[in-house]
Amino acid sequence: MNKQSRKLAVVGPWIRENLLLGLNMREYIKKLISPFNIVVGFIVIIGLYFIILRFSRGLAAITSASDVQPWGLTLALGLFSVVPLSASGYVLGSAVYLFRLREYYPVVKNAILIGFLGYFFAVVFLLIDLGRPWRIYYPMFVSYGPASVMFLVAWHVALYLSCQALEFSPSAFEWLGLKTFRKRVLKINIGLTIFGVILSTLHQSALGAMFLLMPGKLHPLWYTTYIPWLFFISSIAAGLSMVIFISWLTKLFFKRRADSNYIKSIDNITLGLGKAASFVLITYFALKWIGLAQGHNWNLLVTSWGLWFLCEILVFVLLPCILFLIGSRDKNLGLIRFTSILTIIGIIINRLNVSLIAFNWNLPHRELLHWRELIVVISVFTFAILVYRWIVNRMPVLHEHPDYK
Amino acid sequence: MKKTNRRSFLKSASLLGGTLFGWGILGNAKKASGADFSGHPDRFGMLTDLTRCMGCRRCEEACVDTNNLPAPQISFEDKSVFENKRRPDSKTYTVVNRYYDSLWVEGPVYSKVQCNHCEEPACASACLVGALKKTPEGPVVYNEKVCIGCKYCINACPFYIPTYEYSNAFHPKVQKCFMCYHKIDKGEVPACSGVCPVEAITFGKRSQLISLARNRISTRPDKYLDHIYGEHEAGGTGWLYISGVPFERLDFATNLGTTPFPEFTKEFLAFVPLVLVVWPTLLGGIYLFSKRRDEVSMTDASNQNRQVDQS
Ligand code: SF4
Ligand code: SF4
Repeated sequence: MNKQSRKLAVVGPWIRENLLLGLNMREYIKKLISPFNIVVGFIVIIGLYFIILRFSRGLAAITSASDVQPWGLTLALGLFSVVPLSASGYVLGSAVYLFRLREYYPVVKNAILIGFLGYFFAVVFLLIDLGRPWRIYYPMFVSYGPASVMFLVAWHVALYLSCQALEFSPSAFEWLGLKTFRKRVLKINIGLTIFGVILSTLHQSALGAMFLLMPGKLHPLWYTTYIPWLFFISSIAAGLSMVIFISWLTKLFFKRRADSNYIKSIDNITLGLGKAASFVLITYFALKWIGLAQGHNWNLLVTSWGLWFLCEILVFVLLPCILFLIGSRDKNLGLIRFTSILTIIGIIINRLNVSLIAFNWNLPHRELLHWRELIVVISVFTFAILVYRWIVNRMPVLHEHPDYK
Repeated sequence: MKKTNRRSFLKSASLLGGTLFGWGILGNAKKASGADFSGHPDRFGMLTDLTRCMGCRRCEEACVDTNNLPAPQISFEDKSVFENKRRPDSKTYTVVNRYYDSLWVEGPVYSKVQCNHCEEPACASACLVGALKKTPEGPVVYNEKVCIGCKYCINACPFYIPTYEYSNAFHPKVQKCFMCYHKIDKGEVPACSGVCPVEAITFGKRSQLISLARNRISTRPDKYLDHIYGEHEAGGTGWLYISGVPFERLDFATNLGTTPFPEFTKEFLAFVPLVLVVWPTLLGGIYLFSKRRDEVSMTDASNQNRQVDQS
């Protein structure tokens, strides 16, 4: 009894300090009930309701999936779009740890966290969409289909998710005060980074390569044998833009959790990343044209699909490329931040085109969207933001832990 | 500090090595499964003679019976079913559609739709757990016990054949014609073929079916078009068709080319081991290089500092 109460005396303050943000239970709950949290909680609960519906009545209850169009918004947004946006982890990880570009160090932990959460929630989306999600480990341990590109994706995403969890874990260990674990993981950090880059190269491109199998179904303007390269290169631009965008948001909303070094360095980092993104985008743009030329598809450009394609690569690839360049030349931070949003939207549009909109373009009747599916997607995204907030509020992501400076 | 760094680098390098090794094995497995394909000269197939079919739908009925599928909404005798074009779905493995053109002197043409049992199936190459397989006997079969329900096979099939039980929450399955593998296994003939009153569907060795089809075409060139659909389409299919009217008029995909679909991803898969070998070396090199550069610039800096101090 005595022992137990002593234990409580130790655990109590720890919980208050590390879980409840230094408040006592009542204060904490009071703080939780804010208008923002109520709205957000409402969205999450509605989504949860539809997810329960999906698992009790089948996919047909929330999606418009059909025998000709089995993949819908859940995968198009939740997997095909989220994975490139989560490239922030490997892009910044390799910049800081492999190329040793020290000036980007302040944002690297945040970039890895974004990457990790992105992959984590991509898997959540996958679990919602798989017919039998409880078999998700089958490709790793039960039955193999090594001739399938998706087999590759499954392995690499699984390995990379673990890899990113480890890469981020030092921050979590600092928070938990587990010094030995932290030290051990830091020792293999370079190995993890290299491993992460390899896995990312392969699965980012493999996501594109999955569509190589469907030449007749994907519109010829998007179907090119370069699609794996396009997916890989655009993921770099997506990762860079995400870091620019989220860093800006953290500066606006998480200032209290950041140290002065972080806040001070954001502007310079934004300039550097903007310049890099512009360089990546011009490569991506060029490759898009080469793909087009290779397929001899110029005549398709004058169709309505062609206009949509041109819109994608002119407004959402070439324009951001130029704006990034101007922004970094004029040191116009606002412009760079705006452009990062434009790029993110552009990558999402590209992935939606490949996996949903321009896919099965030649079928007469298509139903691409079910409102319930849209709500589920929005709700999972909202939940992801809450998880991000929870972590950033507690763990040393935007600052250095005082014990380990 | 420096020492541990190097050691950890070596450690991670060996970790990578292990993974590479694993992937090498898997890569080989892949090559093997791709290469052994043409090895089943005796595989079975089916030949549909579209000039013979009269739209009685007994094949549909036999299929429903033998596969324990639910009875259709429109009864098998009801001809109104032909007013719409149907597709196989998760409760129907095969359907017969009617096509009509006033120029066709022989009257309407009936066309049976089902899985074509490709020689090198896109669906099987898409499956990440190997649930779909081309059997040596010819049918493309499905193992429900390992399917995770990713539905990549459905996207991959150029004929839009596999379907999914979207309303089944607990045991959803991919559904399609399995060429009555359970019957073939016992030496019997697939249900649809056995029941057809006008022998519009012939079951047999694929090689012999091709000769049979050639024969029919050459003896009645006025009746048939000189084209065996499925002989080369998408790399060849187990199910073959001959017809008196152009296939594109019967909703057959005529733009598939003759490349087996799994070929489209082979190049990428072959590229994977390359990345696995080149990337670690390259990235490791970059790391060591930039580390060295950092150290040099650091000593440079301290040298400079010293000079400043001295002056
Ligand atoms: S027709 Fe489609 S489902 Fe049938 S074997 Fe070929 S690819 Fe597979
Ligand atoms: S749905 Fe099942 S059979 Fe089809 S590819 Fe996925 S795991 Fe294989």
